Amino acid sequence: MNQSAQALAAHPTLVTETRPAARQTVVAANANVKLKVQDLHKSYAEHQVLKGVSLNARNGDVISLIGASGSGKSTLLRCINFLEQPDAGVITLDGISIEMRQGRSGTQAPHQAQLQNLRTRLSMVFQHFNLWSHMTVMENICMAPRRVLGVSAAQAQERARMYLDKVGLPGRVADQYPAFLSGGQQQRVAIARALAMEPEIILFDEPTSALDPELVGEVLKVIQTLAEEGRTMLMVTHEMGFARQVSSQVLFLHQGRVEEQGGAEILDQPNSERLQQFLSNRLK
Amino acid sequence: MIELIQQYGLAYLFTDGQGFSGVAMTLWLFIISVTLGFFLSIPLAIARVSEHFWVRWPVELYTYLFRGTPLYIQLLICYTGLYSLQVVQDNAMLNQFLRNALNCTLLAFVLNTCAYTVEIFAGAIRNIPHGEIEAARAYGLHGWRLNMFVVIPAALRRSLPAYSNEMILMLHATSLAFTATVADILKIARDANAETFLTFQAFGIAALLYMLLSFALVGLFRLAEHRWMRFLAPTRG
Amino acid sequence: MNELLNLQGFGPLLAQGAWMTVKLAFLALVLSLALGLVAAAAKLSSAKLLRIPATLYTTLIRSVPDLVLILLIFYSLQLWLNDLTEVLGWDYFEIDPFTAGVVTLGFIYGAYFTENFRGAILSVPAGQLEAATAYGLSRWQRFYLVMFPQLMRFALPGLGNNWLVLLKSTALVSIIGLSDLVKAAQNAGKTTNDPLYFLILAGLVYLLITTLSNRIFKRLERRYNIGIKGMAR
Repeated sequence: MNQSAQALAAHPTLVTETRPAARQTVVAANANVKLKVQDLHKSYAEHQVLKGVSLNARNGDVISLIGASGSGKSTLLRCINFLEQPDAGVITLDGISIEMRQGRSGTQAPHQAQLQNLRTRLSMVFQHFNLWSHMTVMENICMAPRRVLGVSAAQAQERARMYLDKVGLPGRVADQYPAFLSGGQQQRVAIARALAMEPEIILFDEPTSALDPELVGEVLKVIQTLAEEGRTMLMVTHEMGFARQVSSQVLFLHQGRVEEQGGAEILDQPNSERLQQFLSNRLK
Repeated sequence: MIELIQQYGLAYLFTDGQGFSGVAMTLWLFIISVTLGFFLSIPLAIARVSEHFWVRWPVELYTYLFRGTPLYIQLLICYTGLYSLQVVQDNAMLNQFLRNALNCTLLAFVLNTCAYTVEIFAGAIRNIPHGEIEAARAYGLHGWRLNMFVVIPAALRRSLPAYSNEMILMLHATSLAFTATVADILKIARDANAETFLTFQAFGIAALLYMLLSFALVGLFRLAEHRWMRFLAPTRG
Repeated sequence: MNELLNLQGFGPLLAQGAWMTVKLAFLALVLSLALGLVAAAAKLSSAKLLRIPATLYTTLIRSVPDLVLILLIFYSLQLWLNDLTEVLGWDYFEIDPFTAGVVTLGFIYGAYFTENFRGAILSVPAGQLEAATAYGLSRWQRFYLVMFPQLMRFALPGLGNNWLVLLKSTALVSIIGLSDLVKAAQNAGKTTNDPLYFLILAGLVYLLITTLSNRIFKRLERRYNIGIKGMAR
C-alpha cells in the first residue's frame, strides 16, 4: 500500500501549509475538508495507472499535482469528476461520498443525479481547451449555465461578460469563434467558461502545456488571480516555478503513487530522491 | 438450388452458348469502360484545370451533364435514343456501330466513368503542392513535359483512393447492361429467375459473384495503394 | 421555344413521373438517414452483438450493385412477406410497388449513409464531448448540442454525394415497373417515336434536381462549417 497516503489519512494535520494567506485560515484541517479522495485505483487493461492515491483539499487550497508524464496525475484529475471511471476508491465532497455501484465489470458510474451534481460543482479546464468549435465564445460560456443549471439567458450572458472581463478578454471577443483566437485567448475563454458555472472547485489539466511559450504567461496570470481570491483549485502542471508560487499543497506522483507531498517548500527542499531527480531534470 | 447451378453455372461464369456471358461479360464491360475512360480522362482533366476559359468550359459542361444525370438515362439515350435519329441510320458507319447493343452500352459506360474520373483527376491536380510544380519549372520543365513527368504522376498517385472507389462503382454500374440485352451476370440471373422462379437463389448467386469481384478489386487496390501511396505516409520520428 | 417544348400531350404523364421520382427519392432518403444513424451507432458500439450485424450489413450491401439488390430485395420482399404472414397466421396482403421501392432503396443506401456517419462521428475530436461531459450535460444534450452539429460538418460532403447517388439510382425503379420519370419518358418516346427527345427531357429534370440539391448542400455546409477557420465566409 501507499505509505505516504496512509500517513496522510492517519495524520491529516501533517499537511503543512506555506501560503501566507491560507495559513491563517487553517484551524483544524479535518474540519473543513472540501474534497477528499481516498485510495483511488485505476487501470487500463493490464496497466495500473493509479495504485491508491489519496488527497484532501480544504476550502481555498491550491493543490499542484506534479510528476513525469505517465505518473498518473492527469488520470487522477479525470477520475475526480468521473471522466474516467475509477476502479476503486472513494470521493467525498462536503462530507458526502459519491456512491459507486458494483457492476458486472467492477465498479460502475455512480448514480446519474449524484454524478450530475458533482460535475456542476467541479469545473474543468482542459489542456487542449476543448472549447466547442461550432459555438461563439459567448455561446461556449453560456451553454452549461443555461442548459445544466437553468440560468436565464440574460443572466448567463451577464455572467459571461463579467468573467470574460476577469480573464482579460472584454469586448468583441465574445462574438468570435474559438478557432479565430490565439491559444492563450482560447484558454482564458475556457477559464471563463469554468468560472461561469460558479464552481466550488476548479480542476486544471495542464492548462499551459498546449500553448506557445510566449502565451503561457497570460494564462498563468489569470490562474494566479484566482488563487489569490482564495478559490479551491486542483492543478496538474509542469510549471514548477508557478506551482511554487501559488500552491498550498504539492503532490508529487510517481508510477501511480504519491511519492512525496507537502507544502510548496518541497519544491525547494525535496525529501525523496525521486523528487530531487525529477526537479533537477526539469531545471536542465 | 443445385439444379440451378447445374443448369446455369456455366452461363453465370463464362458462356451461355452464344458467346461470352456472366462474369466474363461483366469483366469485359468493366475493363473496356475503365481503360478507355482512363485514357480519355487524362487530357480532359488537364483541360479541366486550364486557365483558359474556352478550354476549361466544354469539359466542365461535359462532366456536369454526365455526373448530374442517371447512367440509366445515358444508356437509354445511347441505346434507343441515338438510333432513332435519321442521320444516324443514314450514316453507314454510325448505323453499324450503334446497331450493336454492346457498342451502345460501352459508349454510355465510357462516357459516364470518364466524366467522374476527369473530376477526380482534376481535383488531384489542383491539390498538388504548388512548390512541386514551381520546382519543376525552376528545373526547366514546361508544357507537355511538365504534365507528363510531374503533374500527371503526382495527380494519379494522389487520386488512387477516390479512383479505386469510382472503379468499384463502375463495376457495379455494369449491371445495367442487361437492360440493353447484353448477357452480363445480372442478365443470366434474370433469365434463370424467369425460367425457374427461384428468385432469391437466382439473384443471390449474382449478388455473390459481384461481391467476390468487388472484394478482389478492393484487394488489388490495397496492394496498389501500398505500393504507390507510401510517399504520402507521415514520416514517423 | 414552342417547338422545343412540344410535349405532345405527355406533359401530365411526365409531371406525374417526376413527382413519383421525387417522392420516392425523398422517402428513401429519410429512411436511409435514420438507418444510417442507427447502424453507425451500432457499428461504434462496444457490444459485439450490435457491431457484428451492422458491419455485415454495410460490407455486404456495399459490395453488391444497387440494381442487383433492387431486383433481389424487390422480388423477394413479397415472398418473405407471404412466409411471414403465413407463420403469424395473418391475412395475405400485397405490398405495393412504391412502398417496396422506398424500403429497398432506403435499405441499400442506409449502408452507405452508415459509413458516412461513422466516419463523421469518429472525426469529432474526443475533447469536444469530454468538455460537455465534464460540465454536466446529459447524454441527449451532449448529442444534440455538441455531437450532432459537429458531426454534420464532417458528414455533409458525403451526405450530399450519397444523396445524389440515391437520387440517380431511383431511375432504376422503372426496371421493376414503377411509373417514375424514366418510365414516363420511355412511354412517351415509344408512342411518339421520338425517344431521344423525351429521354433528354427526363435527363434535364434530373439535372435540375441535382443542381438544386448541390446548392442546398453548399448552403448547409456553409452553415455547419461556422467557426472553422478559412471556411466561414
